[in-house]
Amino acid sequence: MSFTPNIVGFACQWCTYAGADLAGNLRAKYPPSVKLIKVPCSGRVKPEYVLEAFARGADGVLVGGCHFGDCHYKDGNYKTKNRTDMLSQLLEDMGFDPRRFRQEWISGAEGQKFAQVITEFTEELQELGPNPLGGQE
Amino acid sequence: MAKIGVYVCHCGSNIGGVIDVSDVREYAEGLPDVALARQDLFMCSDSGQELIKQDIRDGKVDRVVVAACTPRTHEPIFRGACEKGGLNKFLFEMANIRDQASWVHGQDPEGATAKAKKVVSSAVGKARNLEPLEEKYVDVTDAAMVIGGGIGGITAALELARMGHKTYLVEKDPSIGGRMAQLDKTFPTNDCSACILTPMMVEAYSHPNIETLCYSEVEDVEGYIGNFKVKIRQKQSYVNWDKCTGCGACAEKCPGKAPDEFNEGLSMRRAAFIMFPQAVPKKAVIDMNACINCAGRTIGSEPKVNAKTGNPILAPCEKACPAEAINRSLMLDPNGTIKEIEVGSIITATGYKVMGKENFKEMAPDSPNVITALQLERLISATGPTGGKLLRPSDHEKPHTLTFVSCMGSRDKNFHTYCSRFCCMYMIKQARLLKEKYPDLVINMHFIDIRTAGKDYDEYYTGARDMGINFFKGKVGGLDMLAGDKLRVNAYDMENGETIEYESDLVILASAVEMSDGTTELAQKMGLQFCGSKFFRELHPKLGPVETAVSGLFLAGCCQGPKDIPDTVSQAKGAAAVAAVPLAQGKVKIDPTISEVVTEKCSGCGICEPLCPYGAITMKKVDGKPRAMIAISSCKGCGVCTSACPSSAIQLHGYMEEQILEQIAALTA
Repeated sequence: MSFTPNIVGFACQWCTYAGADLAGNLRAKYPPSVKLIKVPCSGRVKPEYVLEAFARGADGVLVGGCHFGDCHYKDGNYKTKNRTDMLSQLLEDMGFDPRRFRQEWISGAEGQKFAQVITEFTEELQELGPNPLGGQE
Repeated sequence: MAKIGVYVCHCGSNIGGVIDVSDVREYAEGLPDVALARQDLFMCSDSGQELIKQDIRDGKVDRVVVAACTPRTHEPIFRGACEKGGLNKFLFEMANIRDQASWVHGQDPEGATAKAKKVVSSAVGKARNLEPLEEKYVDVTDAAMVIGGGIGGITAALELARMGHKTYLVEKDPSIGGRMAQLDKTFPTNDCSACILTPMMVEAYSHPNIETLCYSEVEDVEGYIGNFKVKIRQKQSYVNWDKCTGCGACAEKCPGKAPDEFNEGLSMRRAAFIMFPQAVPKKAVIDMNACINCAGRTIGSEPKVNAKTGNPILAPCEKACPAEAINRSLMLDPNGTIKEIEVGSIITATGYKVMGKENFKEMAPDSPNVITALQLERLISATGPTGGKLLRPSDHEKPHTLTFVSCMGSRDKNFHTYCSRFCCMYMIKQARLLKEKYPDLVINMHFIDIRTAGKDYDEYYTGARDMGINFFKGKVGGLDMLAGDKLRVNAYDMENGETIEYESDLVILASAVEMSDGTTELAQKMGLQFCGSKFFRELHPKLGPVETAVSGLFLAGCCQGPKDIPDTVSQAKGAAAVAAVPLAQGKVKIDPTISEVVTEKCSGCGICEPLCPYGAITMKKVDGKPRAMIAISSCKGCGVCTSACPSSAIQLHGYMEEQILEQIAALTA
């Protein structure tokens, strides 16, 4: 039996969090792997939070923001991208599989996309197996 | 120690039908700092809210978590309940177990229940670290701005003005009037469009509370509800509007030509032109892209002198103007001028455009006798290029057979999946008007479906059938260009289950309604968002149809989605009513979920300063050392600075570091 990965998702309240709500309105189906932490902007997500989630054993971490040009705060998502690109590289350099970390731009109109992203990410994590750090502090 | 109350909602069967609510409640009872946990069929009902209020009054809880639907709709309701119970409303947190759990994990009730527990635990973790916050109030500028001078914008501006609020009406074209000014008649009453619109245009333009800024575009918007600072670019008209009387003498003499936008390119206008005969204000502009600089009179040049008479040689437009409104010697700035205004609320009513026929390759777009419905509107209008006579563009002959094709680009996965909503009705209107005027015309209309949901609309349609207009259910596969400027229509007739082929003289495409040009840039300036169909997104599809995610910014008309004139006018009046609320109150609340610098921790590195999208951060000297300061009226609470501060000196209230870390801990426990 394949395991259900635990995904911690950081979702900006204007786009990705709204997209996740829309997935609900559309009754789109996806696995109950992801749990969202609502933030005002994806730019509020410190790279340390992602590392913290992995250190505590999260199998996957998602940072969801608005598409470029759609940011409610003009350009917060560009700053997110700078940080997450750096973070992906850092994870790889540390020997941690960067595929466990995803940055996705999902708008408030993309309920189906949210469901699809979570489904695909969950399947990928099932192939990768549990977080090797296994929840050590 | 915190006393957290957890309230788990069944939402009828919406949550309870999938998630084991009792199990989630029992789990919540066992979480640290949870004083009590309750469940209710509908937490948002009066009785549900009363549970929360009573527990607060009884001193049983001092923090509240509701596990229910989404905070995007229900957080204000439960915060209100906390406040009424006597608790600071920011000591509240929501766990989304409906939209993001029961509704999407119906296939896995156990998994959904397990996820709901985690989400509740995360909310409890955050609640443990919540802090009470105080809302502040700021004064409001008692003025509004309406962007777009079509029927929606005019209506909204008039309503605001009648309520006593100073209103700026900003229009990009030289005249207000918008799309409605281009229409001949309006359904379902066949009122002459100009006859009902022009008086409103005049009233708006002359209203003492309305300042109309035509030939102007919004350059920049700063600030927040109650206190927006707007820069408006007044484009260069090259005509002194204070002097221009709208006589049109310049246009008569001007040799420069360009396609007439008002006539949808069916005729040419001059480089110096008045937008249309009923323009308000009736003022001329010179289109420099079409101007040929007669007599070498480029803008800002000295005129040559006639050797015989010694008089300066002027351009025809200058010479023709009896009001001396055109003086090409002046060094006029091609960028126009910037006007700065301050307003408390803004209504966007930027309207729509229709898809051009070039998008539809199978519909013989190269034939001049294939036109859009908006072009037909100009062809049958008394102010149009043919004076209202139906003449086909290729040879100015009267057509005998007319074909209407619906849903061009609408309800089509290759273009737009949405219905453009008013095409069925305007096609029926155009067909009826033409059949009345020319009873011998053969009019064939091809529909996927006929959508006539509106007051007196279906009667209008059945009336059209009785008049002898032919309706075919089924798509038109394509058009072929034939000799004699005719077109062969290849269509399918679903009712008889057969293909049909016939020759037509003029084909009208009811092409899809799309957002106007320039709206992407406008959205970026104002922080507006788009929905899937690329119209502006309203705050809530049912309960907030005129509000947006930006407080103080409202929507009216087709910029929010395709709608006809009655719906646009209704929405514009609604938008005016909500836009007037902050103006009438005189004060607005400032959301306290914004960033603050803990000065003692700030090292003065200045990393945060350039990151702020609103320029809200400045470095100030405190005891001789630089320290970051955040202006509360400019901060919008995105938290970009908070995440970047290497000293963790900036905290974002409502999304504090310890709150988020507790959530991460709860979700990974």
